[in-house]
Amino acid sequence: MLIINCPYCGPRDQSEFSNGGEAHVKRPDGSKEIGDSEWGEYVFIRANPKGLFYERWVHTHGCRKWFNCVRDTSTDEILVTYKLDEKKPNLNNFKSVVKTPSGEPEVGSGNFTVEK
Amino acid sequence: MKKKYSIFSLAKNALSGHKEWPKMWRSPEPREFYDVIIIGGGGHGLGTAYYLAKEHGLKNIAVIEKGWLGGGNTGRNTTIIRSNYLWDDSAHLYEHSLKLWENLSSELNYNVMFSQRGVMNLAHNEHDIKEIKRRVSANNLNGIDSFWLSKEEIKKKVPIMNTDNLRYPVLGASYQPRGGVARHDAIAWGFAMRADEMGVDIIQNCEAHQIRTKNGTIEGVETSKGFLRANKIGVVASGHTGVLAESAGIRLPLQSKPLQALVSEPIKPIIDTVVMSSAVHAYVSQSDKGELVIGAGTDSYNSFTQRGGFNIIEDTIRAMVELYPVFGKMKMLRQWGGIVDICPDASPIISKCDIEGLFFNCGWGTGGFKATPGSANVFAHTIAKNEPHQINSAFNLDRFASGRLVDEHGAAAVAH
Repeated sequence: MLIINCPYCGPRDQSEFSNGGEAHVKRPDGSKEIGDSEWGEYVFIRANPKGLFYERWVHTHGCRKWFNCVRDTSTDEILVTYKLDEKKPNLNNFKSVVKTPSGEPEVGSGNFTVEK
Repeated sequence: MKKKYSIFSLAKNALSGHKEWPKMWRSPEPREFYDVIIIGGGGHGLGTAYYLAKEHGLKNIAVIEKGWLGGGNTGRNTTIIRSNYLWDDSAHLYEHSLKLWENLSSELNYNVMFSQRGVMNLAHNEHDIKEIKRRVSANNLNGIDSFWLSKEEIKKKVPIMNTDNLRYPVLGASYQPRGGVARHDAIAWGFAMRADEMGVDIIQNCEAHQIRTKNGTIEGVETSKGFLRANKIGVVASGHTGVLAESAGIRLPLQSKPLQALVSEPIKPIIDTVVMSSAVHAYVSQSDKGELVIGAGTDSYNSFTQRGGFNIIEDTIRAMVELYPVFGKMKMLRQWGGIVDICPDASPIISKCDIEGLFFNCGWGTGGFKATPGSANVFAHTIAKNEPHQINSAFNLDRFASGRLVDEHGAAAVAH
């Protein structure tokens, strides 16, 4: 179970939050011109990286505000949470622990807290 | 030489203390070039290689696997098999698979321990009843055995179930007698052994790093054992399929999440069918060893950690204890998670893509085990012929542009 740092309320248990999937997804411009496959991509396709991932959470059973987050999906470590109007952090600021695209992290999934 | 298993071979090997069993498959070093490389040595991947060799006469095939055979989701599921899906497309696909299951032990001459003990899907409210009855009728129209059970009939089959004294009372269920469970390792090992006998190279501890393409055609795959050239590549890597697709520049509509399961301490036979409930989210069957095999749900967020959140387990156990108060004091022995790749319409993708020679069999989400032989069979056809089998033509990638989805959120037992 995760402890999530809500930018408004501070660290709270994951059970208070709901996940909103990938963050910073932009609706395509020119809705009349673009074709079915582009629409399909916008509607159905989301990033699904093993490693660093921009995602959205909402503090459902708290302040009910949405915010963004960078999490490492290979370990579930939450690296930073930030408000919707804040600039998205550069992923180069974080160390990805996955050495090969589909390999396992060195510490084993979910064990980063033990290492620290 | 074709390995044969019988009561006599068992007796013979018992005399030598089971130390003389022959190796079930070779462990060759990879060759430089293959006609077809299958990425992923689970049931679906090994089955694909088996059917490619058996039905399509291809011999120069490799299956590469990051870990050990069947160590991914093939070994992490709750082994439930059924075909009571709502839409024609899915019903045909899962029924094709169920029919293959029924004959698989004799076809492979290897006991996959397919036990047709029946599968029950519970209804807990008015809407469930309508939805499940509709599904039963749809199943019957597709020639699938499925019928409605009243509460009294459920009680007769599963006396330990608490049907009345709980928050969401049990009002009835659908029942598919031909459904059941099978042995997860056996399906992987059986396919592996027979594919190996036909010349398929099964290469374990060989992780695919990157799929290489050139001018829209497949070149091969970079692996931890070097670069392997291939005419065709089939990716059957469940949760990691999206990662590999990305390496070839293909974006798939998949989200990877941990799906959990757990088993209890072994007890004497107490439940002789499979009972599933999507409304309160608990499903259970009893293994031949006597353990209760319990399926939990997926986490709400994307993750590749093969463990899952504890709150998911809590929810499932709560529902289990309410439905079966007699299990209240049992101890759970093991819990684990597998990374499932979930499609927006809860249906799989068995399809070619824009890159020539690259094929995907993925998106099985929370219910791929039941489909293992059927999926492998039609995927082998798709790879060999460069076009889908009639059964999987609806499960192409184009549906996410055309909008012709196969929405199976109702029949997929685990809430996606």
